[in-house]
Amino acid sequence: MVTSFSLPSFEISDSGDGQWLVRVSGPLNIHSADETRSRLTVSLKNNAVKSVVFDLEQVSAVDEYGALVLSELKDRLALSENNFQLLNAPEILVQHFRRMASESTVSLRRPRSFAGYEFITQTGATTIETLRGIRDFVTFIGALVLSGIRVAGKPKSLRTHDIVRYMKTTGVDALPVVGLISFLIGLIMAFMSSLQLKQFGANIYVASLVALSMVSELGPIMTAIIVSGRSGSAYAAEISTMKISEEIDALITMGFDPVLFLAIPRMIAAVIVIPLLTMFANLFAIAGGLLIGVTMLDLSASSYITQTINSLNLFELNWGLSKSFVFAILISGVGCLRGFQAKGGASAVGHAATSAVVTSIFLIVLFDSIFAVVRSYWG
Amino acid sequence: MSDHAVADVQNLTVKYGDALILDNISFTVRPQEIFVILGGSGSGKSTLLRHMIGLEQPASGDVLIDAINITRCSDRDFYTALKKIGVLFQSSALISSMTLSENVALPILEFTNFSKRSIEKMVQIKLALVGLERYGGYLPSEISGGMKKRAGLARALALNPEILFLDEPSAGLDPVTAAEIDRLILDINQNLKTTVIIVTHELASIFAVAQRVIMLDKTTKQIIAQGSPADLRDRCDHPYVCKFFKRQI
Repeated sequence: MVTSFSLPSFEISDSGDGQWLVRVSGPLNIHSADETRSRLTVSLKNNAVKSVVFDLEQVSAVDEYGALVLSELKDRLALSENNFQLLNAPEILVQHFRRMASESTVSLRRPRSFAGYEFITQTGATTIETLRGIRDFVTFIGALVLSGIRVAGKPKSLRTHDIVRYMKTTGVDALPVVGLISFLIGLIMAFMSSLQLKQFGANIYVASLVALSMVSELGPIMTAIIVSGRSGSAYAAEISTMKISEEIDALITMGFDPVLFLAIPRMIAAVIVIPLLTMFANLFAIAGGLLIGVTMLDLSASSYITQTINSLNLFELNWGLSKSFVFAILISGVGCLRGFQAKGGASAVGHAATSAVVTSIFLIVLFDSIFAVVRSYWG
Repeated sequence: MSDHAVADVQNLTVKYGDALILDNISFTVRPQEIFVILGGSGSGKSTLLRHMIGLEQPASGDVLIDAINITRCSDRDFYTALKKIGVLFQSSALISSMTLSENVALPILEFTNFSKRSIEKMVQIKLALVGLERYGGYLPSEISGGMKKRAGLARALALNPEILFLDEPSAGLDPVTAAEIDRLILDINQNLKTTVIIVTHELASIFAVAQRVIMLDKTTKQIIAQGSPADLRDRCDHPYVCKFFKRQI
């Protein structure tokens, strides 16, 4: 047997001059509210209603929602107190009905002030937030330096097993996605460049183009962007979750340095694995180019590889790896910083993760531009 | 099932993998009573509550809410059963990005067709019921733990449930605030005629509000005592029950 909610029945009669009598039997509560409203609205809305008398003698169950339906109906029909009467109503229903007439409403949103005031307070709040962000950044850098000094003085304080764990999650687990994306990028670059170079009989230079652009530019950037989406956001989400659930406070009270405990292992792991991931990405991109060279450009595998080796030198390789080293610091540092900055509830975790990715990508592009400027002066 | 059972747990067995959590638990809750599920940490109190509100499926046994067997019913019947219950979670579980009034309005907006103004009135009434009428515009992160519990209670009461489930309602609160919550539970039970099922191990609260108590045992995974709180305290015949009550009185 399943108990369903019982519904009320209505007897609605009109005396002919806009005087209506409604007899209700059954429940007048939350479960019958929608039915009651629709029945009464349909019956009364197309008629000239001057007054309504509800005979509620047969009502079996009442609550505030039943009273709210009657109150809404009274407002909709624009009837005065004298023209909307409840006969034989349970005392509690009458109380609820009176309360509905007098009860104030509460805004479901946060109260807002007038636009001008809002602009000023928003400007102030944004300024303070920006200054706080700068303060947090400086504090974080200082804490990193102090933690670094502490680790140098006491190497055992470094959580090496955490570093290995993060090397796996940041590096090893990222191999498939980095490999696949790099392979496809190499393939696309080779294919697109071959369309032009083929016209000049310069097919062999496809190998140089793919190798040079990947090793010195695209390899570090693409790897950094993938890692920032995968691991930078994860760092921020993990640390911010710990922050809002007071785990970081617990670490502090136990005498741990949260930067040393949480940020340093992640940053060391990132600095080790991101350059390695970059080299892995370069290899897969060259393999993608090789596939196009051999299958579509009539190049032999050996000539493609020889051309690739000839076009690269140690400086290019070191230049690309230097970039990925800097990007690794940026991604892991920003991820950890955003995690430590988190405040509030569950939404703070999402905000920290999003902010970590956006900031990382912006800084990656910014620092890549700085590298380009430095290189142009370097010659 | 007895005609007088608003919630009926029959031969409920719960397992997580090979681990037995509850073993063949049976009891009934009568309309309008305040029923307390008691037990030490790890005895399966909260697990039992999660099965009673349909969040988890048992290994075997049945849970009937107002005659609807929620362990093996259609989605429609399960939905009907959900409309009869309100739940206050241990953490209050208020949506952190919404104000208190939005939190309370959430079930009313979802399950009724009242106008915005009427809903705002009703939210004000529900907030007033728990003494938070002036805090509707606040976010959960801006109020104290006791206020969060009260706001969670207002949300649980939003649709006038027949059965109110409370998971550790006074845990982590100071004695004065805990007593206020207890008083609120009594008011709700007496004025709204709501059946209240509470999971707790706070003895002061149990003696303040409970009409009937069952006690779960961590070792046997079964009910080891049931009756009124005074019965369990004065006429305990199980060593753990005696220890539980006498150590804390």
